[in-house]
Amino acid sequence: MNSRLLNQIGLFFAALVIVSPAILFFLWMISLSLKFEIDNGAYPPILIPERFAWSNYVKVFEENNFLLYLWNSVLVTGTATLLALLIGVPAGYGIARLKAEKSAVVIMIARMTPGLSYLIPLFLLFQWIGILGTLWPQIIIHLVVTVPIVVWVMIGYFETTPMELEEAANIDGASSWQVFRLVALPIAKPGIVVAFILSVIFSWNNFVFGVVLASRETRTLPVAVYNMLSYEQVSWGPLAAAALVVTLPVLVLTMFAQKQIVAGLTAGAVKGG
Amino acid sequence: MSAIAPERTGVTSDRTGVTTDRTGVTTEQAIEGSQTIRLAPNYWPFVVPALVVVGAVIVFPWAFTLWMSVNRWTLGQSRSFAGMENYLRLASDPRFWESLVHTLTYTSLSVAAPMFFGTVAALIFDARFPLRGLLRGVFVMPMMATPVAVALVWTMMFHPQLGVLNYLLSLVGIPAQEWIFNARTVIPSLVAVETWQWTPLVMLIVLGGLASVPREPFESAEIDGANAWQQFRYLTLPMIAPFLMIALIIRTIDALKSFDIIFAMTQGGPGTASETINIYLYNTAFSYYDIGYGSAMAVVFFIVIVALSFILLMLRQRSQWIDAEGK
Repeated sequence: MNSRLLNQIGLFFAALVIVSPAILFFLWMISLSLKFEIDNGAYPPILIPERFAWSNYVKVFEENNFLLYLWNSVLVTGTATLLALLIGVPAGYGIARLKAEKSAVVIMIARMTPGLSYLIPLFLLFQWIGILGTLWPQIIIHLVVTVPIVVWVMIGYFETTPMELEEAANIDGASSWQVFRLVALPIAKPGIVVAFILSVIFSWNNFVFGVVLASRETRTLPVAVYNMLSYEQVSWGPLAAAALVVTLPVLVLTMFAQKQIVAGLTAGAVKGG
Repeated sequence: MSAIAPERTGVTSDRTGVTTDRTGVTTEQAIEGSQTIRLAPNYWPFVVPALVVVGAVIVFPWAFTLWMSVNRWTLGQSRSFAGMENYLRLASDPRFWESLVHTLTYTSLSVAAPMFFGTVAALIFDARFPLRGLLRGVFVMPMMATPVAVALVWTMMFHPQLGVLNYLLSLVGIPAQEWIFNARTVIPSLVAVETWQWTPLVMLIVLGGLASVPREPFESAEIDGANAWQQFRYLTLPMIAPFLMIALIIRTIDALKSFDIIFAMTQGGPGTASETINIYLYNTAFSYYDIGYGSAMAVVFFIVIVALSFILLMLRQRSQWIDAEGK
């Protein structure tokens, strides 16, 4: 009994050690974002300052059009995710029922392809159609990230849902669409939640598409933060505050939906980009 | 597509044995495929919209890239057919070979370190201890955090004078480093960030593997007096090998493609010391607007990724074969 307790304490500390790089990083990120310039330049470094610089956060929103970029991010991620669910959930269902395992290879290849190789041709295409100044190029290209995630997660999910109900409905004369809509879809709700969360996270975090396709008015948050780094000389407090604002929605989502995320990632082992 | 449809439908009808259908699969299709007179529900309409989108945003760009790669084309200038010129130029471009070396160095380090730490972490999180769920949640956070935001904070931490990392080193008596600002240390420093961010993914995959390991062999091994290391080496490791392989393949693909962290922190610098193929590709296509050359580079880069993934997949099959042989 005693040695078991000792064992548990040992494991706890081992876990603490291996988690510490993550803990220290995020603590330091918060600390940087809440310090005035003097404190951020102090040596030895200060973790908890005497005065908190909440003004850093105010500055981020006042000086950098951040509300516009936040709205852009919401629009791009939201639309790309909804479109992906609209076409990806039925596709996952169809592929799972067709037992079309080769389509998994297509998704794997989509995963292997570097994002930049989609960018060159699509950039030219968007230029020809004349939609480069709008959010549409980014929404469309984000589908490269979101559709494979949704299809992948949904294939895995529909493969595990029981066929018996669907067969019964079919015998009763329901059409394929009715079977999908009224029998398969309600059972698959947890799978759709997983697909939604992962799609949102990887679309939100995407940087490379925005850095090429976004103009001044159509930047998403990751691009906006990157531009702050290049044009605003070392002003660490607001920079760290901006970085935290960008990644906070995703981190909150991770905390609340940890179970779904872990399930989705280990089932398909997918990552966008 | 229509050529595959009958066979697929046939397979489904075989499996389900559904006899009534009112959704328009033709009788010939079902007969052709399974040689029984059974009608299956038609699942193709569910897949078609996704096929159209995949065709538009994935297949079309690929075809277009191939075509551009055999053209002399800089944006704003006229285009002309170039044959294999871009590919030959690539073969004799020292900057490309240098970027290939950087890519391979970066990738091998960014695979090895997360594989090691991720496996260790998975072994820890597989056990039960207080606050396990909370700690695991925090451990997973780096991989979900926005890469650009992460890169920005690491850049501040790497700062030679004001950065917190050099201060921490000074506490244990190690002289200050220049991290990403020195050509010699830039790649290892970037790898540290990549490792910090992607170790959790390896951990999650391996943890999934450990969850599927049965308890009984360990109980008998304990009775036979095997110590912890022997149990790990001869029981755990072979059983989680397929999961390690999946983690290895995914990590390799992701590390080869790594862009955000490198671009946001160094843009390939100092000089070209951390310029990987992906970064060089970006510069060629979107800084110099040399679309033709950039496309050729994209094609070769994709071949490198597929070739490496293929080699790993072969290794995986081979190891499974050896396992089967041994039993």
